[in-house]
Amino acid sequence: MATTSLKLVTIVAEPVLESQLVKDLRHLGATGWTIVEGRGEGSRGMRASDLPGANVRVETIVTDDVADRIISHVADRYFPHYAVIAYVTDVAVVRGDKYARRVC
Amino acid sequence: MTGTSTADLLAANLLSPFVLAFTLGVVAKRLGSNLSLPKDVYEGLATYLLFAIGLKGGARIAQAPLDQLLAPTGAALALGLITPVVAFAVLRLAGRLSRVDAGAIAAHYGSVSAVTFIAAQGLVQQRGDVAEPFLPALLAIMEVPGLVVGLALGLAGAGRGDRPLRQVFHEIVLGRTLVLLLGGLAIGAAVGAERLAPVQPFFEGLFPGALTLFLLELGVVAGARLGDLRRVGPFLLGFGIVVPMVHGVLGVVLGSWAGLSVGGATVLGAMAASASYIAAPPAVRLALPDANPTYYLTAALAITFPFNLIAGIPLYYWTALWVAERMT
Repeated sequence: MATTSLKLVTIVAEPVLESQLVKDLRHLGATGWTIVEGRGEGSRGMRASDLPGANVRVETIVTDDVADRIISHVADRYFPHYAVIAYVTDVAVVRGDKYARRVC
Repeated sequence: MTGTSTADLLAANLLSPFVLAFTLGVVAKRLGSNLSLPKDVYEGLATYLLFAIGLKGGARIAQAPLDQLLAPTGAALALGLITPVVAFAVLRLAGRLSRVDAGAIAAHYGSVSAVTFIAAQGLVQQRGDVAEPFLPALLAIMEVPGLVVGLALGLAGAGRGDRPLRQVFHEIVLGRTLVLLLGGLAIGAAVGAERLAPVQPFFEGLFPGALTLFLLELGVVAGARLGDLRRVGPFLLGFGIVVPMVHGVLGVVLGSWAGLSVGGATVLGAMAASASYIAAPPAVRLALPDANPTYYLTAALAITFPFNLIAGIPLYYWTALWVAERMT
């Protein structure tokens, strides 16, 4: 089956950021995302996970330029202050046009 | 007047199921028990308690003439504005905390712990007093400025930055505490006591039991945090006890002066003395991410809440009795 190469952007963040992140994703051009809750610990350790609620992992499949925008936005806005990580993986999907916002 | 001494009040309070359930939670956690309520049950109980308080107040609010509301509203507003400033000043001047940390903690002490509010209602009821039905509305009036002033103090000088302030405001105003209390109040007032009667067995009859169960879990949560006391140091420990006493007595005095009954002044004092640990933390985390959550969560949950539950509320009640005696 014909596949298209796209980027999977994964953001793991403390729970208070969830709704803001979703707004950002929509704004930056993502067409969909999946959010799951999870537990864990990172370099900020207990400091951030002290707050009630589970961390969230936000996944979105987007085009290269949207992936760039998301990563640099998350890096600028959230990395300095909050417990957040973000990474990009190459993925191959079918129905590639589903993931790109139609250009008018 | 009753010859109730503080010692009697304290002893009676210690032997309430609320305090003992909380203590059991703390002790069990410290001993390493796996006791804990499922998160959804805990959330469900919180919803139930807040909504029940709102409904109950709403059903009785018609009995309170509007002109009786004015002065207490002013008192609540004043307390909401004063308490974070006092807390901030003490933290900065005596504790030498950084501006963001001081602002974050001040926001918690400016806002109101709904559970402390509910526990104070419980004690007042136990003593056969009744607090005015409109107190849930006063909670909202105190909560919003309390949080906003604390956050503003922390943000001033921290540079504007790119903070999600709209979402912070959303958290403050549309958090479930205020929605349930004010929504319940509105529904209770709209339907009136008579039409609320069919739901009374659930919302009033089961209330003390639900509160007991909720406090058991809160004890577990506070117990988990006790270990952090060493990390926050002696200053915050003293702060978490002395500042609530000052706020509490101020609240009782202002409340009595505004015409509240002994029960109402006690509850208002407990509200002023309390530090939020459910509604405030997400808003503070968003607005002041560089503040250390260990400070504010430990102070509010592991120090001030147990203090108020065990000793503070009886103290405010005693103060309210004392003031009432002087005023008549």
